[in-house]
This record gives sequence, C-alpha cells and structure tokens, in this order.
Amino acid sequence: MGSREEQKTQSTDFAGQAVATRDAYGTALAELGKRNEKVVVLDADLSGSTKTAKFAKAFPDRFFNMGISEQDMIGTAGGLSLTGTIPFASTFAIFETGRAWEQIRQTLCYSHLNVKLVATHSGITVGEDGASHQALEDVALMRVLPQMVVIVPSDGFETKQVIDTVAEYEGPVYVRLGRAKVPAVMPADYKFQIGKAYKFNIGRDVNIIANGIMVSAALQARELLSKEGIDAGVINMSTIKPLDTEILLEAAKSSKLIVTAEEHSIIGGLGGAVSEFLSENHPIPIKRIGTQDTFGGSGKPDELLKLYGLTAEDIVKTVTEFMRK
Amino acid sequence: MATVTQSRDIGFLKEQARIVRIEILKMLTQSGSGHTGGSLSAADIVTALYFYKLRHKPEDPKWRERDRFLLSKGHAAPLLYTALALTGYFDKSLLSTLRKTGSPLQGHPSSKMLQGVEVSTGSLGQGLSIANGMALGLRLDKSPSRVYCLLGDGEIQEGQVWEAAMTAGHYMLDNICAIVDLNSLQIDGRCEDVMKIDPVAEKWKAFNWHIFEIDGHNMEEIVNTLDEAEKIKGKPSVILAKTVKGKGVSIFEGKVEYHGLAPTKEELEIALKELGENGK
Ligand SMILES: Cc1ncc(C[n+]2csc(CCOP(=O)(O)OP(=O)(O)O)c2C)c(N)n1
Ligand SMILES: [Mg+2]
Repeated sequence: MGSREEQKTQSTDFAGQAVATRDAYGTALAELGKRNEKVVVLDADLSGSTKTAKFAKAFPDRFFNMGISEQDMIGTAGGLSLTGTIPFASTFAIFETGRAWEQIRQTLCYSHLNVKLVATHSGITVGEDGASHQALEDVALMRVLPQMVVIVPSDGFETKQVIDTVAEYEGPVYVRLGRAKVPAVMPADYKFQIGKAYKFNIGRDVNIIANGIMVSAALQARELLSKEGIDAGVINMSTIKPLDTEILLEAAKSSKLIVTAEEHSIIGGLGGAVSEFLSENHPIPIKRIGTQDTFGGSGKPDELLKLYGLTAEDIVKTVTEFMRK
Repeated sequence: MATVTQSRDIGFLKEQARIVRIEILKMLTQSGSGHTGGSLSAADIVTALYFYKLRHKPEDPKWRERDRFLLSKGHAAPLLYTALALTGYFDKSLLSTLRKTGSPLQGHPSSKMLQGVEVSTGSLGQGLSIANGMALGLRLDKSPSRVYCLLGDGEIQEGQVWEAAMTAGHYMLDNICAIVDLNSLQIDGRCEDVMKIDPVAEKWKAFNWHIFEIDGHNMEEIVNTLDEAEKIKGKPSVILAKTVKGKGVSIFEGKVEYHGLAPTKEELEIALKELGENGK
C-alpha cells in the first residue's frame, strides 16, 4: 500500500507529534502487548499497512495472520475473546466494517464479545488507492449496532490513549484510524475517556463538533473566523457512541449554529448522530461538513480534502454564509 | 442442580436420545413454531456429546476446563436447549417457554440470555470461525479442552465456512472437532438440487482436515468416532455424519417441509407413540 513512511518517533506517547494515527497504533499496540499478555492480534494480510506487524514481530505467538478473509477474522477474534484473551483485529476500514458487518453484528455485538476492531485507512486521505479503499460509511455501519462503542481519535497522542483505554474496557469497540500523517491537536494534559468529548472552548456564535483529522481543520477555522469577528468554539467528539450529550447541549445552548466536521459521509456518522440528538432535545440550525453522499477518488490527500470540501476554509465558508443570512 | 450423569453405555445413550427427541417435539408443539427436521437429525450426535463426550459441569457453566460445544446451525436450538435442560443447566420446565416473549429460550440461541450457550448463533456459516478462535485461545492457554462445532450440510455452502476450514488446517488445530449433519436437505429442497456440495469429504481433505465418515444415527459409531477424533494430532478433525432429517418420526423423516415447521398436536401424538413415550 503506497510508499513507506518513515517513523521519526522520539517519545512513545506521541504528545505534540505529527504522526499517522496508524503509526501511533502500531507502537501503542506493541507496547500494550508487553504490558498485557492477554492481548492477541489478528490481521487480514495487511499487517504492514495497519502497523500490526510491529506487534507480530515482537509477539509472534500472539499474532494470527488470517489471510485475506475478513469474515473469518472477526469470528476467530470472537472465539479468542471467549477464552479470556483480548483480541485486536485490524485491516482497512472498508473491509473490516463492510465485508464483515454481519459477523460483527451477530458474533461480536449480539454476544457482547470483548473484541477491539481497530481499522486503518479510513476516509479519503487514503489517497491514491481511490474509492474502493476509502471508507466513508464505516462510522454509520458501526454506530447503528447495539453494544458497539465507536471512537475516532484526532491525533497520535489521542490514539495511543484510546488503544490503552479500550484494552481495559469490556466489550466490542470500533476504532477508526487513518493512513496519512496528521498534526498534533490535543494538549499534553489531555486524558481520553470513552464517551467524554474534549472542549477546546465554547463559542458564542458557532460551535464546531469535529473528530479525526477534522479537529485540526476546526481549530484552524476557529482562528480564521475570529478574524471576521465570529466567536467559534471547537469540540473534539472522538467518541461518537456513546455520544457526549452533555457537552452537545452546552454547545447548542450557547450558540446560534452547530457545525459538524468529519472525514466521512454526512449521512449516518458524527453529523448524523449530532443531528439526531439535537433535533429531539434542543433544535438548533446544524450544518454538516463531510463527504456529500458520494464515493471518494484517487489523488493526493491534501488535494482530495479540498476537492471534497473538508478543509478549514470550507468550514469558514459554511459558517459565514449562515451568519450573513 | 445435579451434575450430569455421563456414560459410554450405548443402551443408556440411545435411551437419552429417545428422551431428547420426545422433549424436542413437545417443546416445538407447544411453541407452535421452530425447526423440527434439523433438531431431530442431529439428536443422536448431540446426545452423545452432552451425555458422554463433553467434559462439562452444568452447575458451573463457565468452568474454565470445560470442552466447548458450538451450535453453528443455530436453528436446531430446540435440540441444544433440550440437551442443556436434561443435563441440568436449567430447569426442564423452562423448555415450555421456547420462543415466547421474554423467554431466555430465544428462537435461535442467545449466549447473553441462557446459561450454557457459548455464543449466540442463528446466522449460518459463522460458527466454525468462532470455534477456531476458541481453539487458538485454548492452545495459547495450554488448556486440554476441546471444541466441538456442529454444522448443517446446507450451511457449508457459506463461503466463510471454507475460510474457517482453511484457518483450522493452517493452524493445525487438533483441539477442534467439526461435525457436519449430512441430512441432504436444506430449506428449498435437496442440497444436491439447491447447490451441490459434493464431494464433501474431498473438500475437507483438501483443506487439510482428518475425515471421519459415519452413520450419524449409529450410537456406537458416533461414540467410537468421537474417541478416535481426540487421538488425531497435528490436524483438525471433521466427522461427516450421514443422517436423516426428521429422524425418529416416520411422518417427518426426509420431509423438506418439516425443516421449519413445528408438529401439530395430532402429529405430536403420532410421534410420541412411535417414540414410545410411555416405555418402549
Ligand atoms: C446466513 C443465513 N442465511 C439463511 C438462513 C436461513 N436458514 C435457516 S436454516 C436454513 C437451511 C439450513 O440447512 P442445513 O444447514 O442443511 O440445516 P439442517 O438441514 O441441518 O436443518 C436456512 C437457509 C440463515 N439462518 N442464515
Ligand atoms: Mg441439511
């Protein structure tokens, strides 16, 4: 899969470091494996790309390559969890959630099995591989499942904490990671908790609810908006399920507009979750930034983000257009 | 609840299988819906497992050293429920709640609702992967426990079964024993007409499994084969059990309609007479 990215990792908590979330995962997983013997890892012939290869090298006995068979991988992970191990099963997001959706539903969620699905290569920043490899629907697919926890970390630092946290949590979890390097956004004193959003600030005019790579875009948008006299807040909703409704209500009650921003379809993901909750509990204008019911395409990640309207400028434009009305 | 009485005595096991069939038919008639044919075809095999082969403690369903049984063909739930009840996992009176609102005896087995169910099944084709995962986990644990997984012959049309077959062969899971209930029928007709699965033995062989081909209603053969399978090392074993769908009741035997039909009261009476409910 594409070019090999070098790793210039100094510390392994990734605080303040620009790193692909999948790289943070690979490192975090190998370290977790050292601390926790119960951790086992499965992959479907993509361990070099998902970075589980690092774990495989360190703990060959606890790594199972399942070959190109995602459905079997999910079932096997389920069985492994039933003997007391903590399986992490990884492949690309579209194959993990798409090919094996029913296995995830029937085997993992219905029996509430302790399996961690950590998928990489989500969203259009997959880049050149194009639409077939860019999952823009995975959050929707996972969010609809009873029992499932859905997490989209924003940077390497948060990813490392997410991996450590979900290993301690009992039950199925979906963690959505990316291929491309992303800037560090979370402050050094940040502590991830499942179901707890992080409030950078609450704005009086607009609050931007973002996750994944869009947190960084939201923070840039906040700066650009303040130059136009618009007071914007930014919230990192890294757990989409369960949704932090307390923060959502606070944000909605303090401002005139809510904007959601995600590297996913505007249907069924973060935008969907926020809209569902607020329309019932505190109706307020909502604008959803994300892909517009379309497939992705090949190209350089930065160019694709522009093409699909996922930049800070796109957020700014959406907000200013609303404010002008 | 008392610990299960287990025995290798063929007469004892045959008698248990007869009682199992009676209970299955009674519960199905009472519920008015459910799967008759595939519960009866596998009744001898499952009786041999629960009343002889499985190392299990019904009073301690999560006992670490237990052998695991997975009903991959989850629609045969009445058979599993009967085996669990008769070996003491729960009170037999619960059987009459099959498929009723709120009952732990769901239409297809739910592990979160009923003790003794290892994992929820019902969607065909998924059990063998789960069984493999258990076998891998048990091996990591250096546990002597074995994993048994019962599949239908129509079920093996699912692609995931062959992914799992490849996995068990690749990882040389000799602590797993798959059993295929070869009753030749599925829902829409004969497997041969719906989607040919033959040659079955050659397929499993090609996926690096050790094969046993038996008569799935001959208790002695079942028991001997379960013992033999345990001795096979370096490979997973599969027991290809030739059976008759609806076995034990003439009006259901080999009848495709009774796949998912419960007996009527009249049919139950005929069935009970044939099974000699009041003594043989
Ligand atoms: C994935 C899936 N597809 C379809 C069904 C519906 N279904 C239930 S039983 C059955 C036929 C099963 O035939 P077989 O495996 O031969 O079972 P048996 O004859 O032992 O009852 C089908 C198609 C299902 N439960 N799961
Ligand atoms: Mg059949």
